[in-house]
Amino acid sequence: MADTERIAVVRERFDATASLLRGKLGSDVFTTSTFRDNCRLIASSDKVYVILEACKLHGFDMLADMSGADYLHYPDAKDRYGVWYCLVNTSTGERVIVKTYVNDPNPTLPSVYGLWKGCDWMEREVYDMYGIEFKGHPDLRRILLPDEFSSFPLRKDYPMRGKGERHNFNPILRSES
Amino acid sequence: MPLELADAIALPDSPEKDYLYTLNFGPQHPATHTTLRLILTLDGETIVRAVPDIGYLHSGFEKLGEHLDFNQYVTIVDRMNYISPVANEIAWHNAVEKLLGIELTPRAKYIRTIFAELSRIHDHLLCCGAAALDLGGFTAFLYAFYQREKIYDIQETAAGQRFHPSFTRVGGLMRDVDDDWIAKVRTFVKEFPKAHSDVRRLLDRNRIFIERTQGIGVLTKEMAINMSVTGPLARSAGVVRDLRKDEPYLAYGDLAGAFKVVCATDGDCFSRYLVRMEEMLHSLNIINAAIENLPTGPVNVDANSKVVLPNQMSVYRSIEGLIHHFELIMTNRQWKSPVEECYAATESANGELAFYVVGDGSGTAYRARTRPPAFIHFQLFPYLMQGHQLSDVVAVLGSLNIIAAELDR
Amino acid sequence: MAIEPMEGIVLTQLDHLANWVRKNSLWPMPFATACCGIELMATGASRHDIARFGSEAMRFTPRQCDLMIVAGRVVMKMVPVMQRIWLQMPEPKWCISMGACASSGGVFDTYAVVQGIDRFIPVDIYVPGCPPRPEQLIQAVLDIQDKIKRTGTLFAREFKNRSTFEGPRLNPATIPASERMIAPGNYETATRLQD
Ligand code: SF4
Repeated sequence: MADTERIAVVRERFDATASLLRGKLGSDVFTTSTFRDNCRLIASSDKVYVILEACKLHGFDMLADMSGADYLHYPDAKDRYGVWYCLVNTSTGERVIVKTYVNDPNPTLPSVYGLWKGCDWMEREVYDMYGIEFKGHPDLRRILLPDEFSSFPLRKDYPMRGKGERHNFNPILRSES
Repeated sequence: MPLELADAIALPDSPEKDYLYTLNFGPQHPATHTTLRLILTLDGETIVRAVPDIGYLHSGFEKLGEHLDFNQYVTIVDRMNYISPVANEIAWHNAVEKLLGIELTPRAKYIRTIFAELSRIHDHLLCCGAAALDLGGFTAFLYAFYQREKIYDIQETAAGQRFHPSFTRVGGLMRDVDDDWIAKVRTFVKEFPKAHSDVRRLLDRNRIFIERTQGIGVLTKEMAINMSVTGPLARSAGVVRDLRKDEPYLAYGDLAGAFKVVCATDGDCFSRYLVRMEEMLHSLNIINAAIENLPTGPVNVDANSKVVLPNQMSVYRSIEGLIHHFELIMTNRQWKSPVEECYAATESANGELAFYVVGDGSGTAYRARTRPPAFIHFQLFPYLMQGHQLSDVVAVLGSLNIIAAELDR
Repeated sequence: MAIEPMEGIVLTQLDHLANWVRKNSLWPMPFATACCGIELMATGASRHDIARFGSEAMRFTPRQCDLMIVAGRVVMKMVPVMQRIWLQMPEPKWCISMGACASSGGVFDTYAVVQGIDRFIPVDIYVPGCPPRPEQLIQAVLDIQDKIKRTGTLFAREFKNRSTFEGPRLNPATIPASERMIAPGNYETATRLQD
């Protein structure tokens, strides 16, 4: 593969970062895993804020992406929801993905609004789609779906065609309009 | 100085602020281009507060991504950023191929690169043309649209559909391009600079255009980084970051000499326009370099790797080809993805367009998350609008290049 | 006795006159929501030039228009807006449903997308395609001109007869009643931000 070299460099850099963070936070705060050029720090939901804060101090100044998934039918999944934060260091181009898991009932995570303002709408979207609450978010409302909508459509137990909400309006007849 | 969101959205409820009034903008308004809605609080003509309300085009793309297989979903991602559809296809299959561990053939890489750059021109043309249209310059829009028609022709020659070509496939392309296509791209490369300079001559020194864009909607570098801004918006604010250089994918590694990263420092609407116009010329250089050095050979990876459909002859003439075709088509066979997940980013015209694909061992993504640049950029709007006039709304909206389908998915 | 036929003759001629005038100055209201809207723009731009058929005067306020072109998918949150815009247009008015999504939901058979706008507003012409080529849209405009010429009346009597629901019947109950629910959709929530 042409980018094996690049992947080797990326992983080497990641190992350095991970051992640095371990030195700061203790060795059992997170585990690591890698896949191609993706390098992940995996932590439990109560530790994740500490790790993200340490990452930010370490130089990861941009939150490139943040979203989640519902692992209900996933092979060998132990937890229901996963949430990931893709961080970038804009001066060195280094990337790291911080991943965490939460469970029913009342899945809750701390909001990272204090660290990256860019998370504002992304957290609202995760809330809208999965119902994961972010403690400390200044304005946690539904963003894409109407306010009266009562399900979380990207959960795996919600049918793709919905439950009939989409056709729940009155038609206008030609003679009366 | 970034403002607190709390300031931006706090309702002015003290009695001395009673004179403020609220204006509803959209969801059906020409300057929004498609569907988005703003609730503006005005003090006379000055905007005190702007609250975007989105979701008027939320059509469940990501849910569909969990039900359609890797090749079928390409028709859906097309419809996401519909002013540069091929860029989405490339980003999607880039992510899938990273998940499956497929290395493309050189020819496929080059053709995809050409398409990616054409779609960047496509996107910037509409963005600049429509920004001018909203500010009253109709002619620039017509010039820009005429060039877009040429790119439509190029897409039509390659794929048969002018608007949503759905041209990429896992491990390659729908089909190889022919000489006709190459000739069309060459003609485009030759003729485009003239049209480009026509648009520039209309706008660059146009007093009205400059007065209405310079110093409007200023984005600072710190704010850009903190708010996850990427692409031309970030570059016009002085963030030197371009994934084509930083993490070369496709053929950008080979063609690195053909382009530079275009940056500006002001961060206002006018420098966004300038960055976009300049980027088009660099894209043209890339296309030129790529089409002149187009490698020969197959466009699809080896059929034995069982990721691309075998050609028609071998399906009809040999039992292996038939079985192989059948296996890829049957919904319970298909590709064997690893039980893993990966994030793969590309530099689209609007910024970092990425997919986060979760594979569960089947040929369908378990979760196909898009990182939509327009969604992330639109968060900026309340900050950029603070203290400006009502008429600046269209200037800022036009320069942010918000595509509703990408915004809402 | 002799007056009545005279009246009849005069009235039919006025109908013709009205139809002729109406058909050659259709003012479209581009209700463009998605990709089809860009093709609508392309139809108005230089190469295809819808002005050749007298329909280039796109007005973005419904109160000045008599032809609504719904271009693009319409989702749950947008339906009340679309209905309100349709009601705001003055009579006589017509509606073109442009593209697969507006006509039937197209590739988006998901929880949010309405499976055809004809479930909620009356439609005169459907244009297939995803997106339809500009030529197709121009053909649709020609078709609606033809329809006006054939069926139009001075006082719009032809609309009075269309008093039954013209769209498809709602989906057969594929969802058990216990799973169904009442959700969004009134003018209040569609046009006002809720706190
Ligand atoms: S019919 Fe096709 S082009 Fe038109 S809005 Fe739907 S998906 Fe887009």
